[in-house]
Amino acid sequence: MNSSNFILKGGRVIDPARGIDRVMDIGVADGIITAPEAVGNPEIIDVSGLVVTPGLIDLHVHLRQPGNTAAETIATGTMAAAAGGFTAIVAMPNTTPAADTPGAIEYLRQTAARQGVVRVLPCGCLTRNRAGKEMAGIGGLHSAGVVALSDDGGCIQDHALMRHVAEYAHSFGLPILDHCEDAFLAANGVMHEGEWSVLLGMNGIASASEELMVARDIILSRLTGARIHVQHVSARESVELIRQARRQGLPVTGEATPHHIALTDECIKTYDTNYKMNPPLRSEADRQALIAGLADGTITVIATDHAPHTATAKLVEFDDAPFGIIGLETALPITLTLLVHSGILSLPDLIAKFTTGPAEVLGLDHCDLAEGHPADITVFDPDCAYEIDPSTFHSKARNTPFGGMKVRGRVRRTIVGGRTVYRYPEQAS
Amino acid sequence: MEFRWHRKDLLSLYDLSREEIEYILDTAEEFKKVSERNVKKVPALRGKTVVNFFVEPSTRTRISFELAEQRLSADIINVAVDASSLKKGETLLDTVRNIEARQVDLLVMRHRATGAQNFIAQNVRCGVINAGDGAHSHPTQALLDIFTIRQRKGRVAGLNVTIVGDILHSRVARSNIWGLLKLGARVTLAGPATLVPREFEKIGVRVCHNLRDALRAADVVNLLRIQHERQTAGFFPSVNEYARFFGLNQETFQYLRPDALVMHPGPINRDVELDSAVADGPNSVILEQVTNGLAVRMAVLFLVAGCGNK
Repeated sequence: MNSSNFILKGGRVIDPARGIDRVMDIGVADGIITAPEAVGNPEIIDVSGLVVTPGLIDLHVHLRQPGNTAAETIATGTMAAAAGGFTAIVAMPNTTPAADTPGAIEYLRQTAARQGVVRVLPCGCLTRNRAGKEMAGIGGLHSAGVVALSDDGGCIQDHALMRHVAEYAHSFGLPILDHCEDAFLAANGVMHEGEWSVLLGMNGIASASEELMVARDIILSRLTGARIHVQHVSARESVELIRQARRQGLPVTGEATPHHIALTDECIKTYDTNYKMNPPLRSEADRQALIAGLADGTITVIATDHAPHTATAKLVEFDDAPFGIIGLETALPITLTLLVHSGILSLPDLIAKFTTGPAEVLGLDHCDLAEGHPADITVFDPDCAYEIDPSTFHSKARNTPFGGMKVRGRVRRTIVGGRTVYRYPEQAS
Repeated sequence: MEFRWHRKDLLSLYDLSREEIEYILDTAEEFKKVSERNVKKVPALRGKTVVNFFVEPSTRTRISFELAEQRLSADIINVAVDASSLKKGETLLDTVRNIEARQVDLLVMRHRATGAQNFIAQNVRCGVINAGDGAHSHPTQALLDIFTIRQRKGRVAGLNVTIVGDILHSRVARSNIWGLLKLGARVTLAGPATLVPREFEKIGVRVCHNLRDALRAADVVNLLRIQHERQTAGFFPSVNEYARFFGLNQETFQYLRPDALVMHPGPINRDVELDSAVADGPNSVILEQVTNGLAVRMAVLFLVAGCGNK
C-alpha cells in the first residue's frame, strides 16, 4: 500500500506519552507526523468513532527465521504484527542458529528490510548460543544494532556470570530481557505446580522457580545498576517482588502476556497443547495478581511472547508438545475485552502498556504522535464485537487457544512510517 | 430404573459418576462367576477386534487385559512399543489412526504421558480403554482395588482407606482417590512430604506424614510400589530409611486394626514398602486383587464395547 500525505480525521487520539486523550486530527506528510494544516494535498481518512494511538510495540516476538520457517517467517510474522496493530516488534534471538553474532543481527535486519512489514527491532543473546556459559560479543551486537539482550527461553543459572553480563550490558546501555526460571526447580515440568498438576499427575513448574530468579535479577540490578526487564511475569510472588523493587527506584520492569491475563492452569484438564507455555498458565490467584499489578502500575508492559509452532508439532501428547502460543493478532482485542471493557484499566492506561511502557524499557524516545516524529500509528475500533477466528490470521501458525473467544476491539489500520501496512476490512491487492 | 452404560471410552474415574462405578462393579461380579466355571469363556465380544497398544512396558496389566479379552472371545492384536512405528518417527496419532483404519473396535492403551489416551480418544472413533497414562490415571487398577474392598468388607462407603507411598508419581493412587471418594470412603494419603503434596487436601482427602497416625483407623491400607529412581532424584535419602519410616513392617503393622485389609497393586518390593510376612499374612488380599482384575477388565471391555446396551 502506498505512502502519501493524509489526514486521519475525527478520531479519538490517545497519546499516553503526552497525556493526550481527545478528538483531533492527525496529519502525515512524507512519513512524518505533521500539523494537519501543513499537509499538502492530503487524502482525508475518516476515522471518527475510532481510536488513534502511537504504533503499538511488542517486546517479545519469536519470528522463527532462520531455523523454523515452517512455523513462521519474518514476512508472515511481521504481517501478523501489522494485523495486530503493532508497528514495531522485538525479535527474540532464539532462532537456529541463535542471534549471538553481528552477522546474525545483520541477516535479520536485511531480511526484515526486504520482507518485513513492520519495524523489526533485533535482540541479541546474552551468552554464546544461549548456553548460559560464556558472555556473547555484546559490544559487537550493540554496534550491529540490537536494542536489547536476552537468552529468552533460557535463563543464565550462574549468578556470577549473570552479574558480569548485567554489568557489561549496562556499560553499552542495553537492557536485559530475562526469562526468569531456575532450571533445577523447573526441570521436566510441563505445567504450573499446584492443585491441577497434582490432580492430573503432570510434572509441575513451581512458581518458586520464577520467583527465585526475579529476586536474583532484582538483587543484581541493585548491585550493578543494570536495567533488567522481567519477561512474561506469571506468578503473584514475582509481581510483589517487582512492586517492591520499583518502590525502591530500581531500573526493573515487568511484562504480562495476554494469555497469563486471560487463562489459568485449569484449562489443561482438556489436554489441549495450546494451553502449554512457559512460564505456564498459573492459578486464578496468580492471574488476579497480574491484573492488579497492571492496574497499580507495577507491570508496565503487555507483550505477546508470540511463539509459532506447526500444527504437527502441537498435535502430540501434552508432555511432548513444545511450549508456546501465538499472540500478535489477539493481544489487543483480548486485553481490550478483559482489562478495558471490564473496567479494570482506562483505555489510555492500556495503550500505555503497548507504547510508552515498552518504549521505556528500550529507551526509545519518540513513541508518540508529536509533530516531526515518524508516523507509526495504530487505528482501532474499541467496540467492534466478534469471535476470534484463527483461519483469518496472517501468521503462518495457528497455535492459539483463543479461537471462538468473544472479544470487543478490532484493528482497523496500521501505519508504519506513513505507509498503511494493514487495513480492515482487507482489500484484495 | 435400569442404568444404561453410554461411554465409548474409559479414561479416568474422575469422569465417572457413583452409579457408573457401581454398575461396572456389579457387572464384574457376574463376570467373576465366569472365571470360576469349568468353561471359562463367553461369546460376549465375538466378532469384536481389540488392540492392546502398550507404549510403555507392562506385563501384569497387559496379561490381565489379554486374558479378559480371550475369555470374552474377542479377536486380539498386541502392539508393543518396540515393534511399533513410533520408533520410526511416526506421530502417536498417526500410529493409532493406522491401527484404527483396520476396523478396530477397541483400543486398550498404556502410555507414559499424562492425558495421551484423552488426546487419542478425542481424535478416533473406536473405544479407548486407559490401561495407565503417566502419573494420571489407571482406572481398571482402581476398580479392581475397590471391587476387592467391596467384596471383602461388604461396602465402600464410610470405610477408612489409607494409601501409602509415592502418591505424587502414582496413577494408581489418583484413580483410587477419585473412585473411593465417589463411593463415600474416607481417604488418607501417607508418606513423606516430598511424595505426598498437601494440594491433595483441596479435594477432601487427609494428608498424613506419619505412618502410624495414618494406619490407626484404617480399614484398608494400600501400599504403592516405591521406585528406586526416586531416591536418586532426591525424594528420600535411601531405600532403607524409606522402609523404616514409611514401609508397612512388623513394627508399624501393630498399629493396624486386626481386620484391616493389606493391598498392593504389585509388583512388590518385598521388605521395602511391605514386609514379606505381612505380604503373605492373613490380612493380605494381594493375590485376590489380581484375580479380581480379570473380572473387572472383562466388565469394562464388555461395557465399553457397547454390548451392554444390546
